[in-house]
Amino acid sequence: MSWITKTFSSSIGRKIIMAVTGLFLCTFLVVHLVGNLQLFNADNGAAFNAYSEFMGHNPLIRTMEIVLVLGFGFHIYEGLALAAKNRAARGNQRYVVDHIEQNSSWHSRSMALLGSIVLFFLIVHLYNFFGSLRFTDVPRDANGNEDAYALVLAAFKDPLYVLLYVVGQVALLYHLLHGFSSAFQTLGLTHRKYTPAIKFIGYGFSIVVCAAFAAMPIYFYFFK
Amino acid sequence: MAGSNPNAKPMNLTLKVWRQKNRNAQGGIVDYQVKDISPDMSFLEMLDVLNEDLLRQGEEPVAFDHDCREGICGSCNLFINGRAHGPEPGTTTCQLHMRKFNDGDTITIEPWRANAFPVNKDLSVDRSAFDRIIQAGGYISVNTGGTPDANEIPIPKDIADRAFEAATCIACGACVASCKNASAMLFVSAKVSQLALLPQGHVERKSRVENMVAQMDKEGFGACTNIGSCAAECPVGISLENIAILNREFLSAKATSNNLA
Repeated sequence: MSWITKTFSSSIGRKIIMAVTGLFLCTFLVVHLVGNLQLFNADNGAAFNAYSEFMGHNPLIRTMEIVLVLGFGFHIYEGLALAAKNRAARGNQRYVVDHIEQNSSWHSRSMALLGSIVLFFLIVHLYNFFGSLRFTDVPRDANGNEDAYALVLAAFKDPLYVLLYVVGQVALLYHLLHGFSSAFQTLGLTHRKYTPAIKFIGYGFSIVVCAAFAAMPIYFYFFK
Repeated sequence: MAGSNPNAKPMNLTLKVWRQKNRNAQGGIVDYQVKDISPDMSFLEMLDVLNEDLLRQGEEPVAFDHDCREGICGSCNLFINGRAHGPEPGTTTCQLHMRKFNDGDTITIEPWRANAFPVNKDLSVDRSAFDRIIQAGGYISVNTGGTPDANEIPIPKDIADRAFEAATCIACGACVASCKNASAMLFVSAKVSQLALLPQGHVERKSRVENMVAQMDKEGFGACTNIGSCAAECPVGISLENIAILNREFLSAKATSNNLA
């Protein structure tokens, strides 16, 4: 089986890991977003709490949770390791004058930085909600579900959290603006027939998803 | 491109040139003044003037690579004012003319920077890593003997055109020099897709991409992050689509070749 390890430790193989895990994490964003839209329901969180209870206890979801952790793990590890390897490939002597900004976009060059900001956001985000729900006893609502909605209300009273969440989404936006279409290129799916569509969908996806997520803390801070 | 202008005035320039005695020496930027440079000179001719001046003063001339001086050999690799082959798109350094600069300009000239391209001396770098990648698989096997008939193997025009576009790569290394990851994937992808597109390349199709990518990694080039600097700076316009073809060829070779090692 050494051909498998050789494939996925080569430069292209590692990029394929980044692309596949990246696109998988995009599907997670969709699921997460659709569920969280219930925060905007005018029912004081009844629907959101029911959804949250389901996500915390359904065996299929709990199994997918392991796959999700692996997806994040590989994406983060390979991303940081590749960034370090790529930086080293340039050598210790950098260019004295370098106008790379004239031939490529800032966000495409800053995937590791943007990803690190998203990672920091992710850690705080897990601590805020996932950690409390999974590892502590949370009061229950009228329907007997854990009151996740109350946690959201409390967290987004704090302007620092609101700011961090919005900054996290802006970083994610720029990460996705490059990452989405870049993943298809890495998988060899570039063709004039469909690449314009992939780019268009990638931009639309990034903007809609990140704007919707960013709207949540803002909505709770100002209107709840 | 502006044509030759007989009224153009000679220029005086300040050059900031990377000087380095040998591969192991510590290098640094040295300032030089060059006077009476004609706007019709090529960039290399301007450096020739500098070297003549240095020789007259009894100093060591600046080492830089050059050969054909007509944009096909890929030797004249200089990083000029922060861009591979200077600021003009689609040109090598020998095709860059001094009319693109102004009297009194300061021009910074550095060698390609990549671990896999060590500096030999001054502005001259060792690009033999590219040769070793080609030796690993950038060839086809043919029978010797009588000359085959022309057009014996039918190749559709659009395929022939695409293969030719990839084949225009002159292996100058501007892709590596421009890439923030010092990745050689545009170069490798041009060679792989050129041969993968043509029937003559199908004999070694799978082993070629496996071996060339392995050699590319061994030489210490970085991995592609699809930022596109390479294609933007490529003097012959090799497109990023070739990298997608390389990725595809690599995946399909890994999934189907009989090479279990």
